[in-house]
Order: sequence, then C-alpha cells, then structure tokens
Amino acid sequence: MQGKKGLIMGVANDRSIAWGIAKKLSEHGAELAFTYVGDALKKRVIPLAESLGSKFTLDCNVEKKEEIVKTFSEIKEKWSNLDFVVHAIAFSDKSELSGQYLNTSRENFSNSMLISCFSFTEICKEASKIMKPGSSLITLTYCADKVIPNYNVMGVCKAALETSVKYLSVDLGSNGIRVNAISAGPIKTLAASAIGDAKFLYKWNENHSPLKRNVDINDVGGAAVYLLSDLAAGVTGEIHYVDAGYNIIGMPNPKNMQA
Amino acid sequence: MSDVAAKVKKIIIEHLGVDEAKVTDEASFIDDLGADSLDTVELVMAFEEEFGAEISDSEAEKILTVGDAIRFIENNSSK
Repeated sequence: MQGKKGLIMGVANDRSIAWGIAKKLSEHGAELAFTYVGDALKKRVIPLAESLGSKFTLDCNVEKKEEIVKTFSEIKEKWSNLDFVVHAIAFSDKSELSGQYLNTSRENFSNSMLISCFSFTEICKEASKIMKPGSSLITLTYCADKVIPNYNVMGVCKAALETSVKYLSVDLGSNGIRVNAISAGPIKTLAASAIGDAKFLYKWNENHSPLKRNVDINDVGGAAVYLLSDLAAGVTGEIHYVDAGYNIIGMPNPKNMQA
Repeated sequence: MSDVAAKVKKIIIEHLGVDEAKVTDEASFIDDLGADSLDTVELVMAFEEEFGAEISDSEAEKILTVGDAIRFIENNSSK
C-alpha cells in the first residue's frame, strides 16, 4: 500500500472494525485520513489517528450531503486524489435492534437506511470524482441474506447496502474503480453492543463456524488490505466473507449443540 | 480495598483519565467522573473482558457509580 492514500470513515474506538483495517493499512505503508462525527467521537479518533502518524481528520456527518461533499473537497485540496475509501458506518435507534422487525418505525427506517446504506452511494459518487483507475472502495456488511434475531432493520439496510455494492461496481467499473464489501462475523464492538442478545451471537458463531472461533478486527483488516490493494485488481462487486466460514453452514453439527 | 475493587478502579482511572482520589465508591460515572454515554458502554466492555463477567443491557443500565460496578462484579465474576 506504499504510496497509496485513503480515507477511513467509522472509527469509534480501538475495538472498531475500521480501526483494525486502518492499522493493517498503515502497517502496509498506506497514508490515512479519518472522519468522525461530533465531539464524543472526535476525542476518540484524533489520538488513534495520531498514533498512526495521521493528523488529517475531518468532521463528517453522513446524514448531510453537504458534509460529504465538503469532506472530499478538503481531501482534493490536500491530496489532489484518493486511492481508497473504507466505509464502516451504520446507525439505528437501539430500541429497534431487539424484538420484532415488524415494529420498525417509519422514522428509524428512513434514518437507518440513509446512514447505513445510502451514505455509501453518496460517498462513492463524491470519492470517485478524485479517484484514478485502480482505486477501490469497501464497506462493511453482515449476514444480509438471512435473518439474525434482533438485527431487524439493520439486516434490511445491509441487504440494500450489498445490492448497492453491486450496482456501484458496475457504474464505477467503467472508470476502473472497484467496489466491494466485507461481510464480517460478529465482533465485540461498540456498535455491536447495541444489538439485543449480541453475546449469544458471539457464542453461536464460535461454536458452529468451521474454524471454531470468532473473527477479530485484525482478520478483517487483512482482508481489507487485499481488497484495497492491487492484489485484488480483478475483484469488484464482491461480498467477501470474513466470518471463520460460518456462512456456509446449513445446519450445526449436533455434537456442538450443547453450548 | 478488595482485589476486584482495586482492579475496577484501575480500569476506570485509565479509561477516563481521572484522578485516583475522585474514584470513590459513591462517584457517578457521568455526573462526577465526566463520562459520556460511549464511555459507559466502553467501561462495561472493559469490565467484561477483565473479569470474564457477562453484563446484560438491563444490568449495565443499573451500574451508575463505581460502587455499583464493584458490587456487580464481586457477585458475578467467573475469574
């Protein structure tokens, strides 16, 4: 990644998936910028960015188009072009991440879709204006083709996000820009702590995945380096699973059903 | 001070960057120690990791002071 410059969106703290990705990219020589939203995240992101030698941090609330536009115009001013973007942003009202999907409110549905899905489309549009052929964008998804208890509206958002990745890969493919998603297994992050009964998810995945463990942010970071590097030059529109293999399981082995 | 209490206080001091003298049993994370809502979630995650305890959302909501955290962990720790 030597000589490549990229933007990391969605670090909250040192448990964040975006942070695992940032660390791996930095180890491989990439130069990074970071966005955060609001003061509570600013005070967390700035020291982390500095620990990787980055003083380039921007406040960007993806709910607002003008803030997305401003972010990429500031990057253009400083770097003139951009090689990659990591989008690790999602939001839903916590109260709707437990119980039934049926009870999703109109307001939270719209807001969750805007932040968790549409923001990636708008970011791709603005970022691609300052990207050359060979550039790459990734987003983070989770298990969008199946039902996960309590994931509710976020599962629906992730399904829309995954389909967005496919459409975006076609639209930007003619410019030689690649768009992919990483579908990571459950990881104990600040965001995941908002999902009802998340602890059961970790246990279930650990017991029933082929590798018999959960993945961590370094596992996701490694896959992200590949997708954002020239090693994946022929890969686009892909949903890449980093989940210790869990997604291929149709039925757990009865021997593992005790725990 | 019990072993658990000392460890809990150490985690709080490191995470919030507060003065040791302020971390009394009665101190409220938000009102007295300047924690924001993300800090409270991060602290619960740090306690779970350190003590192998499981703290459910409804239990976590009741942990408002340093003493609440110590009592919960003393009663529920697996380590």
